[in-house]
Amino acid sequence: MRLGAHFRLLVTGLLLSFAVAFAAPVSAQQVNPTADSVREQQFLDALKGNPSAELQGRITIPDQKAATLERPAGRDWRAFHQGTMLRIAAIAVLGTLVALVAFYLIRGRIQTEGGPSGRAITRFNAFERFMHWLTAACFIVLALSGLNVTFGKHLLLPLIGPQAFTNISVVAKWAHNYLAWPFMVGIAMMFVVWIKDNIPGMTDLRWFAAGGGIVGKGHPPAKRFNGGQKIVFWSVVLGGGALSVSGFYLLFPFYAGGVLNLQFWNVVHGIVSVLMVAMILGHIYIGTIGMEGAFDAMGSGEVDLNWAKAHHSLWVEEELQKGHVSGGPKLQPAE
Amino acid sequence: MARMKFLCDADRCIECNACVTACKNENEVPWGVNRRRVVTINDGKPGERSISMACMHCTDAPCMAVCPVDCFYNTADGVVLHNKDLCIGCGYCFYACPFGAPQYPKVGNFGSRGKMDKCTYCSGGPEADLSPAEFQKYGSNRLAEGKLPLCAEMCSTKSLLAGDGDIIAQIYKERVVKRGYGSGAWGWQTAYKETIAI
Repeated sequence: MRLGAHFRLLVTGLLLSFAVAFAAPVSAQQVNPTADSVREQQFLDALKGNPSAELQGRITIPDQKAATLERPAGRDWRAFHQGTMLRIAAIAVLGTLVALVAFYLIRGRIQTEGGPSGRAITRFNAFERFMHWLTAACFIVLALSGLNVTFGKHLLLPLIGPQAFTNISVVAKWAHNYLAWPFMVGIAMMFVVWIKDNIPGMTDLRWFAAGGGIVGKGHPPAKRFNGGQKIVFWSVVLGGGALSVSGFYLLFPFYAGGVLNLQFWNVVHGIVSVLMVAMILGHIYIGTIGMEGAFDAMGSGEVDLNWAKAHHSLWVEEELQKGHVSGGPKLQPAE
Repeated sequence: MARMKFLCDADRCIECNACVTACKNENEVPWGVNRRRVVTINDGKPGERSISMACMHCTDAPCMAVCPVDCFYNTADGVVLHNKDLCIGCGYCFYACPFGAPQYPKVGNFGSRGKMDKCTYCSGGPEADLSPAEFQKYGSNRLAEGKLPLCAEMCSTKSLLAGDGDIIAQIYKERVVKRGYGSGAWGWQTAYKETIAI
């Protein structure tokens, strides 16, 4: 019995020690320190569901923006900038120019009905003309320097060579950055001064229904600004506002957030600006070669009474009542 | 001709940041600009990995496509370089880059950017090789001396590999097969539209 007990103890001890000896390396092999290591593929798959997501981590340098490891969304912005933006801009700008040329050939220059009367009426005072031309001059420079960013390397660069093109583009960039501010001031002033005359009303609906003097004969009645001008006003105010906000964020990088926000505001800025360019091309056309007598409104500020009666009949009535009409040939005494 | 690429074997990176320091020193990179950085993913969690990232010198590079003054060019080795004399500092390459590589020294008013700076794969710029003008604008030109980028050359664990894409892919593949795991060639799908099949 004692011997048997000793033997059992010995066998059990040996078995236990064997078990420990063999079990230890087996269990060590099962612990794989990399079994749950992060894999790039997991993140890329996760990013696919959300194209605007970024693969971010932790970084020890002070610039925390550098903690973004990968941002595949840059590809979408590139596709927009190199494809969609070019197409939208080309269609908007060239399409408008073609339409205006066609309109000029068909309709010709719109003449003042009844010819000039010789009597003038003040349409825009000096301050109104100042704020218009401030905004207009800034807009032309901003539009050309902006179009240069989209089209310059395709059109201008091959003509004048890389160094000359860079010199122009640097100046254009500075002009764009600085003239943005007086442009914003001009937009704000026009909004404050002209909003009272630009509230849409039933007159405007009737004006559009009658073709606005563009289609068909005769001019539907209009107040100080007709329906078309009100569209220009609100487009300039809202479009200019959108350009100001988006441009502000682009001018102060990372004020709006990360690069994804900058991409978004760049898309807004690009699309709104080419639509504005298209609309302003129409505005310039009708204000200069498209219509006789129209330029005087923003040139000297004085328009011919017959022109005013044709285009802004209700406004002329108000002005005549107020006794604001002056100038013209001196009345001869009936002797 | 070789097609130069970077490959960071994240399973070897110990986040020592020596590549970052070496790059700054070798190229005398301006204050505030980091051409290379080390990002730690899943920091403090099991399986965290650190990846050293810089310009990946993409195939069909987005920066090159969107640049409004066309200042980028590809070298014969497939390295993406840019001409600082032509750069206008508009920031478009930064919007497009999937790796956040382009950076701008801040100069002047507003957010106005100076000329863009990024990793040159230690191969300078358009100026004459190893000229003072090249060093001043772009930093070192180790490729012209027959050397690889310093960040990879001095990586203590040989985590960061630089060299011909096929060769470093082969090295990485052998490592993964031998040790039995690999967290992937970070950035390769985004930069080169290809990954290393094991």
